[in-house]
Amino acid sequence: MHYIPQIGFLILAATGSFLFAKKTGEIRRNILLGKDEDLSNDPGKRWNNLILLALGQKKMFKNPLVAILHLVVYAGFIIINVEVLEIVLDGISGTHRLFLPVLGGVYTWLINFFEFLAATVILVCIIFLIRRNIIQLKRFISKDLNGWPRSDANYILLTEIVLMSLFLCMNAADQVLQGRGAEHYHTTGAFFFSDLLAPLFNGFSDGALVGIERTAWWLHIIGIFAFLNYLPYSKHLHIMLAFPNAYYARLEPQGKIKNMPAVQNEVRYAMQPELAPADAPPPARFGAKDIFDLSWKNLLDAYSCTECGRCTASCPANLTGKLLSPRKIMMATRDRLEDVGRNINLHKTFKDDGKSLLHNYISVEELRACTTCNACVEACPVSIAPLDIIMELRRSLIMEESNAPQEWNGTFSNIENNFAPWKFAPDERDKWAEEMAS
Amino acid sequence: MKINTMAEMMAAGETPEVLFWVGCAGSFDQRAQKITKAFAAILDKVGMKFAILGKEEACTGDPARRAGNEFLFQMMAYQNIQVLNGYGIKKIVTTCPHCFNTLKNEYPELGGAYEVLHHTTLLQQLIDEGKIKLKEGGAFKGKKISYHDSCYLGRANDIYEAPRKILEALDAELVEMKRCKSNGLCCGAGGAQMFKEDEPGNKRINIERADEALETGAGFIAAACPFCNTMITDGVKNREKENEVAVLDIAEMIAASMQ
Repeated sequence: MHYIPQIGFLILAATGSFLFAKKTGEIRRNILLGKDEDLSNDPGKRWNNLILLALGQKKMFKNPLVAILHLVVYAGFIIINVEVLEIVLDGISGTHRLFLPVLGGVYTWLINFFEFLAATVILVCIIFLIRRNIIQLKRFISKDLNGWPRSDANYILLTEIVLMSLFLCMNAADQVLQGRGAEHYHTTGAFFFSDLLAPLFNGFSDGALVGIERTAWWLHIIGIFAFLNYLPYSKHLHIMLAFPNAYYARLEPQGKIKNMPAVQNEVRYAMQPELAPADAPPPARFGAKDIFDLSWKNLLDAYSCTECGRCTASCPANLTGKLLSPRKIMMATRDRLEDVGRNINLHKTFKDDGKSLLHNYISVEELRACTTCNACVEACPVSIAPLDIIMELRRSLIMEESNAPQEWNGTFSNIENNFAPWKFAPDERDKWAEEMAS
Repeated sequence: MKINTMAEMMAAGETPEVLFWVGCAGSFDQRAQKITKAFAAILDKVGMKFAILGKEEACTGDPARRAGNEFLFQMMAYQNIQVLNGYGIKKIVTTCPHCFNTLKNEYPELGGAYEVLHHTTLLQQLIDEGKIKLKEGGAFKGKKISYHDSCYLGRANDIYEAPRKILEALDAELVEMKRCKSNGLCCGAGGAQMFKEDEPGNKRINIERADEALETGAGFIAAACPFCNTMITDGVKNREKENEVAVLDIAEMIAASMQ
């Protein structure tokens, strides 16, 4: 009988970890459906980006107040998880507050610090809920988030509040039990925040308090394992993927568009046929029609997106009422990727479902509105480049489907024939210079 | 003033210090031609030996590439690089941020590696070196000027300071728009939008940007890109403010303020 909680805990931990590992493996597999791209150069710069952008949340500080609030939740949540280490060890070995005898006074200080963080996390999560649901900031009420994404954001905040409250309740009941000299409840010294809650628990019997304390303990750890398994289905996955995404972010100037060596060679061989190899393979598909044609980094981007909407809030097209929303581009890419992933789970390999990212998930009208201004890329706190995906889809539209607005076809033909996007005579290119001479 | 082409310089056995890449807007657009002429006049005045490609210059391919037409981009790049390498060009200056970005960032891996400067960077250098001498109490002294960041200069290439330093050198009062520097709002022309109608929406991007510039109360809006210039000028006209507010290129401001 004595070992039942320990066995229960081990089953919980093993199941929670197994399911998480399985889903993580699927996400990894999905990301690797993308095309190869070597992003391993200059590790020094990449580590620097990881530390500044992911760990230091540099981009968030474009709005310092929000950055500090976000930092509190993030740091609080991470640091409090040190406490989970004790919980896990207690769970496995059937002990209670394993670290107390080892750390002594430091333990009291540490738990007090964790309680402070828990209280601030609760406070900030409430502020964030208010921002999303009562103040209704524009980027949070956007139609991009209709349905699941909006609930997802609220579930995350509510879960964090619940987890932190359970932690405080557990300590509060523990404190009251300590005061009564209950067995197993060693004296820890006073905890400031849970002491504030203690009056709520004074009226209960020892048995009821032990029940509350144990229930809070179990719900807290079950909650953590549940949350861990919720992450891969949620925008909250960014707490993990922001790190690799910052590391693998493009290091070139934002203005540089990815070259297409296949097209470069085609043109070179057309101009200098003597260079063309006899057995030159025909170029693969131009641009991207589906997620398989994008780079793995584009797909990692999609999974890293936390749907904050800073990209869309800075997008000139979106700001002026156009259909394009860079956030929606990322969400659509992830949706398509998840659909493809489910398809693969079902059929072992991808079975054509007659759909593609272009057209079925992202429309031509959205793509056409982009000014390639890089505001979305600049705004993203987790190093996502929505413009990369937009460009690849545009390439597919033009080069695979010859799908261009009439004016663009005119522009192309002017560039080709008159060497300028307008229909001017090439001979008049230096007319201004002649005017200056006279 | 005689503007030499590379072909003429070659024939005379001379090499220019720098090639002035004029760009299509600067060559053909009537408004942008004024910017081209102002910049050429500055180079002439400071005695910098420069040349243009003249009729041998062609579109860099920027709008084609961004529209998605990589074939056309590669064709233009191939031709231009042949010409540039043929003349052994080492250093290029251009008044167009789109040409600047393409020449600087996209041509090297296609075989065209040059030192490429945007004209605001070169102008700032010339001011710092004392080669450009500005009038005491010039036309812009104490005047409120708001500078519009071109996406292809700012975010695309991290050039935010050179244009601002030039405006400070004019003794102007620089007033920033709410969205400036890395948060700057696009004028609406990039990504080949210049060459097509807007997608359905509720406002034109250039009007949104012009409104923001007008809000600063500045009498001058400084631009450093011929496309931004056109877009913002149109926006200002749309608000019927063209008599109170002038949209000028930084080169034009310098040319008007030189001793």
